[in-house]
Amino acid sequence: MNPARGSLLGIEHLEASEILKILKFARRMNPDKPRPLLKGKRVLLLFYEASTRTRSSFEIAAKSLGAHTVLIQAVGSSIEKGESLLDTGYTVRAVGADIIVIRHPNAGAPHVMAEHIDVPVINAGDGLHEHPSQALLDAFTILRNKKTFKGLQVAIVGDIFHSRVARSACHLLSKFGVKIILCGPPELVPDVAITLAPGIRGTRHMEDALRGTDVVMLLRVQKERLAGLRIDLPEYIARYQMNMTRLKLAKKDAIVMHPGPIIRGLELTSEVADSQQARILEEVHNGVPTRMAILARAMGKMR
Amino acid sequence: MTEKKRANLPPPGLLIRGGHLIDPAARIDAPMDVLLKNGRVAEVAPPSKIKGSVEEKFDARGLIVAPGFIDLHVHLREPGQTHKETIPTGTAAAAAGGFASVCTMPNTIPVIDSAEWVEWLREPERGAVVNVFGIAAATEASKGLVLTDFRALQIAGAIAVTDDGKPILEDAIMREALVLGGELNFPVVQHAEDTRMTENCAMHAGAQSFRLGLRGMPAAAEASIVERDVHLAMQIPNARLHVAHISTADALKSVRRGKRAKARVTAEVTPHHFTLTDDDMRDYDSNYKMNPPLRSASDLEAILVALADGTLDAIATDHAPHAAHEKEMEFERAAFGITGLETALALAITRLHREKRIPLARIVELFTAGPARCFDLRGRGTLVRGSVADVTVFDPKKKWTFDRTKSLSKSKNTPFDGWQMTGRVVATIVGGKIVYFG
Repeated sequence: MNPARGSLLGIEHLEASEILKILKFARRMNPDKPRPLLKGKRVLLLFYEASTRTRSSFEIAAKSLGAHTVLIQAVGSSIEKGESLLDTGYTVRAVGADIIVIRHPNAGAPHVMAEHIDVPVINAGDGLHEHPSQALLDAFTILRNKKTFKGLQVAIVGDIFHSRVARSACHLLSKFGVKIILCGPPELVPDVAITLAPGIRGTRHMEDALRGTDVVMLLRVQKERLAGLRIDLPEYIARYQMNMTRLKLAKKDAIVMHPGPIIRGLELTSEVADSQQARILEEVHNGVPTRMAILARAMGKMR
Repeated sequence: MTEKKRANLPPPGLLIRGGHLIDPAARIDAPMDVLLKNGRVAEVAPPSKIKGSVEEKFDARGLIVAPGFIDLHVHLREPGQTHKETIPTGTAAAAAGGFASVCTMPNTIPVIDSAEWVEWLREPERGAVVNVFGIAAATEASKGLVLTDFRALQIAGAIAVTDDGKPILEDAIMREALVLGGELNFPVVQHAEDTRMTENCAMHAGAQSFRLGLRGMPAAAEASIVERDVHLAMQIPNARLHVAHISTADALKSVRRGKRAKARVTAEVTPHHFTLTDDDMRDYDSNYKMNPPLRSASDLEAILVALADGTLDAIATDHAPHAAHEKEMEFERAAFGITGLETALALAITRLHREKRIPLARIVELFTAGPARCFDLRGRGTLVRGSVADVTVFDPKKKWTFDRTKSLSKSKNTPFDGWQMTGRVVATIVGGKIVYFG
């Protein structure tokens, strides 16, 4: 496959040095001090799936760089009439798209787009596969709080199986030698999950996952993707909900992250969500400069 | 009318001389000349021993002469889906791949579930270049509820029944099919997949499917159905079970057990399942999407053992053509299946013979005597005197590169584009007539 230069399809095949370059550039980006790096460019936001954070964040990022944005959602567009993924791609290309940002419920949809269309394609989340911009903004957030990846231990708790955020995070953190612990029930954390990247281990016990941990990443139980899996929610809460007692097992200066949307009372308690250690809103905030860097890179302006 | 009469005249005699004959059913693996006359094999004799005048001679020096290849599992897409393939294009691809006979799957539109449709398939107007044997649906409209009229289908010319792609899950229906098939000596072909375990799945369940974020089909979805079917075949007198495109180590164990118990169980494997694994799929290329899916490396190892030790009876392509727009899309939504007629022999020679040292005679058996036995194709799969004059001539040493744009199939959905392979078909002869010469 030969995607256009500047495409960002996933973290897995991205070099560590390239990741650091993006994070470094992101630190210089500030939506309150707009820079016209993408002046006159057109960013097409192709959203086949609901999104609040990612969509608004990409939109603000693009506008902060001086680009025009056009949002196309499945509902209310030709997609609803049965237009194929590639035909929609050819159409937005013909309209004059300079960058395509795509969110899609099927894994690999951005790859199919990038294979056929000569415009940088940015994956804003594809099915269960990857969510690279989320992993980058999480790395950005971790580095803001922990200064370095060196010696870090990160526990990822919850629905790993259905999580593109978890897959991208594992690939990214693994490239920097971070110790990764995946924690959850077998239905959500299958044994095969630890084969994703080097340096990953799995556990079924929160205590085991949290001891000595610097960063706790919580994931939502994705009810819409469970498709037949039966998860006993009260039992899940009993075993895996993050509460203040459990949080104390982690390092004193541990931070709590969550890609959102959070469901209070399910994967975490309100106390944890609102605690001093939570970085959930900081992640959202960091999404904008990170995505500015991603968009600038797409146009070869990341210098 | 005169046209038709002329076409029906027996073709002139054809002497294939100078070649090396491999006819596993007759236990021949030696230099032999073969004389074809009146659509039959008239004589097989050591080089230059056949006397008398023959109108046509075929120089087979340096080539292997084999009984015409038989493919037990082909989708020709007629009636109903001629945008994917037609009988003329599909059988032309078959001829180019060395197949003198193909057995077609009934999952067409409409489903081939009546004697009328089986007869329709066999009419000369269909324009087939090679022999077409219809496999009919096992249940009405392949809905898995009511058995079709096996007897009528058999009389109409169907050689087996199957609900390919829509496996028979109900124990009672499968039992009923095997009982009736047993009474009529009619094979029941099963695409073994417990579809209750594979909903929304696009590939094999394993590390690779997890990595790609694709829901995976567990190996058990195949193995559990094969286990059940073999168990039934062992209990029901004369039942004939044929396991289509087997892909997992556990399913092979069941077949082996059935064969040891002398049950009438046969099985086929596709070239892609002995060549590729789930690890080979990159970048969501839907030319690697088929059902059953590419399996793990250990499944592939078990297939190689089963090919060598006789557990497997046939190599069948599961040639499944699809138009580009049905494949170039989201992997999870793309159609299952790949083409395979024109690459089967070369993959077998390259992978099985040259790399895995499986004797050429065994490979020829898997394309000829083996499949002929599975469906009782009398007079085929061998070149003993009096058998049908279907012959495949190939060069086992010829190196070539497959270019899908040159494929004779209407569809180009193959993962083997650009592959360098060894072994190429030189000629395919059907009923004494050369239908392909490359």
